[in-house]
Amino acid sequence: MSWLVHYNYWIVIVLMMIGLYLVMARHILPRKIIGLNVFQTSVFVLFISMGAVNDASAPILAEGITQYANPLPHVLILTAIVVGVSTTSLALALIVRINEAYGTIDEERIHQIDEED
Amino acid sequence: MEHLPILQVVIPLVLAPLCLLLVRQAWLIALVGSVSSLVCATFLLAGILENGSSNYYVGGWEPPWGIALSLDIVGGFIVLLVSLIATLVVAWAHHSIEDEIRDDQVNLFWCMFMLCLTGSFGIVVTGDAFNIFVFLEVSSLSTYTMIALGKDRRALTASFQYLVMGTVGATFILIAVGLLYMMTGTLNMADLAERLPALRDTSTVRAAFAFLTVGVSLKIALFPLHQWLPNAYTFAPSAVTAFLAATATKVSLYVLLRFFYTVFGADFVFDELHVDYLLLPLSLLAIFIASTVAVYQEDLKRILAYSSVAQIGYLTLGIALANSKGLTATIVHMFNHGLIKGGLFLAVGGICLRLGSTRLSDLKGAGRAMPWTMGAIVIGGCSLIGIPLTVGFISKWYLIIAALEAQMWYIAVAIVIASMIAVAYVWRIVETLYFQEGETTFREVPLYMLLPTWILIVLLVWLGVDTDLTVGIAERAAQSLLGIQL
Amino acid sequence: MHHNIIVREVANLFFPIIILFGLYVQFHGDFGPGGGFQAGVIIAVGIILYALVHGLDKTRRLIPEKAVRIGMSLGVLLYAGVGVVTLLLGAEFLNYNVLVANPLTGQHLGIFLIELGVGITVATVMVMIFYAFAGRGQE
Repeated sequence: MSWLVHYNYWIVIVLMMIGLYLVMARHILPRKIIGLNVFQTSVFVLFISMGAVNDASAPILAEGITQYANPLPHVLILTAIVVGVSTTSLALALIVRINEAYGTIDEERIHQIDEED
Repeated sequence: MEHLPILQVVIPLVLAPLCLLLVRQAWLIALVGSVSSLVCATFLLAGILENGSSNYYVGGWEPPWGIALSLDIVGGFIVLLVSLIATLVVAWAHHSIEDEIRDDQVNLFWCMFMLCLTGSFGIVVTGDAFNIFVFLEVSSLSTYTMIALGKDRRALTASFQYLVMGTVGATFILIAVGLLYMMTGTLNMADLAERLPALRDTSTVRAAFAFLTVGVSLKIALFPLHQWLPNAYTFAPSAVTAFLAATATKVSLYVLLRFFYTVFGADFVFDELHVDYLLLPLSLLAIFIASTVAVYQEDLKRILAYSSVAQIGYLTLGIALANSKGLTATIVHMFNHGLIKGGLFLAVGGICLRLGSTRLSDLKGAGRAMPWTMGAIVIGGCSLIGIPLTVGFISKWYLIIAALEAQMWYIAVAIVIASMIAVAYVWRIVETLYFQEGETTFREVPLYMLLPTWILIVLLVWLGVDTDLTVGIAERAAQSLLGIQL
Repeated sequence: MHHNIIVREVANLFFPIIILFGLYVQFHGDFGPGGGFQAGVIIAVGIILYALVHGLDKTRRLIPEKAVRIGMSLGVLLYAGVGVVTLLLGAEFLNYNVLVANPLTGQHLGIFLIELGVGITVATVMVMIFYAFAGRGQE
């Protein structure tokens, strides 16, 4: 069962593949964005699990604790999460406007409409 | 003087919220911002040429604790290109933006433009791998917004497509940064370069390299990852197209150069992993397929967009040749192509303003009505082909020398053949403008719009005749990039 | 949801508590877990909860869109402004040591102002995003 030792990486890989698959295979725009979010989340998990240290406490100074988890990946991911939120809201705003302009959020339908023009 | 690298980023960052607050003065603020960053960039490059490089520790925290900004000659060169183009585009765009964008959104547009500038400068000046991701997203998010402001509703879908592909690319870069941090425990690029050689044979570092290359290639629009580019360039507001076409892909390419040469090292990239085996055919495919597709387009902006994809092929071709001449050619062409596409798209923007369309069928005989604008397009087109006495010739000349030096004569032949295809699409434009009969009742664009366009066009010819300046800098830049791993 | 008395009263009860907690997270950020990002989001959540219960129009009267827009700009300006002040005082960008005579107090003041800028920006941007989405199609 040695391959289970690094189970966090397996979770990351599975999430990543689900996310990428959703981005590529779905043609309803919000679902693509959900896929993008899952994909990004997998990277967040990768970073956060990287910062973990066995038998370590949260990185806050306290008496009697000598082992701390590495706080740097968490800080990086805080920034990446903010970037992710901005991307998601911008994408959703675009979808709202696409819906107003085309009357649909189905990518294939949009292509059809564009070709008819 | 010592604060120049951070000023480059801080000036547009401070001015962006001001654009939001002072609604009526937004354009003026953007102009002040881009002019002052141009001044800043000029001094910065002059300083780097004197000292070789420039380092800055944000907050006074030295690495590995703090974030370092570090710039070499290539970086200084790119910063100069970006700020030059930004200044000309802002000066040019006052009228064009008010024409193409809703009144209440004009100041928001300038705010986004300043943020995009912040991001672009940030990517170049930073010496921290994670910072590159953050600044890349700052510039990308503002770019998506600016593209979506285009008049045509297809601008929305173009922006969405770019957003999805761009985010996947940026996340790939983030994964690569994570894997590198996992192996080395540092994010500082100089530290990474020091610690990576010992870890080269691990699959983690190789995976990081692969993720990084693919992620950045998406941002560069390297064939076959270029699908977002033609639509984005075609439907964005004219000023945005000019700015993006001239700078965005160059900045991303700089990230690739930085990681290839200073972080991973050229011997790892080319001798061990043989990235050139992949990059070379892809570059050639980009050049040939995109040029051929460009010949069959019906829209002026779209022709130039596909031509951009082809030119990106030339840029990566220089890297793929894996010698110092090739690298010089790439760096020279980054600058030259920025000037060419900037000038061309500014001229096309003028057409867009007067005619409201850039379809070839609407442009018949327009060369006689707008002689200055169309003249700019013709000279820019000649430069795209690579006719002697223009900068395009210099780029191709160095590429051919590099190919011959690498003993790949067939590459040299391919470059010449590809130029013939470029002749085909440029000729199609010229033929429509001058030799076809059509309505010619519209006026020439105003002087203040012609001036930025012609500054770029004059630069095209001047730097095509007097090559010492650009080629001299590019040679030194290539040597400094290659010298680091000696 | 204005007519549902339980929802309304519970929301009214929680609104000040959420804001207070947001402020705690904001100002405790120097010593423990917390900081501008989290605090900004918490405060925005409080305002959004208020808007969900009392309606968008009433919230807009309480916190006008213009004020939110100014807040967005001021937050970024505060952040960058601290950096510019340190530059003017002759140190590196965001080198808080020079803000006051004592470097330790300077570090404290610097990070406090920076986090305040971040908090203001995040809270106002979140509210702005909510306004933009919720108000779409109503104008």
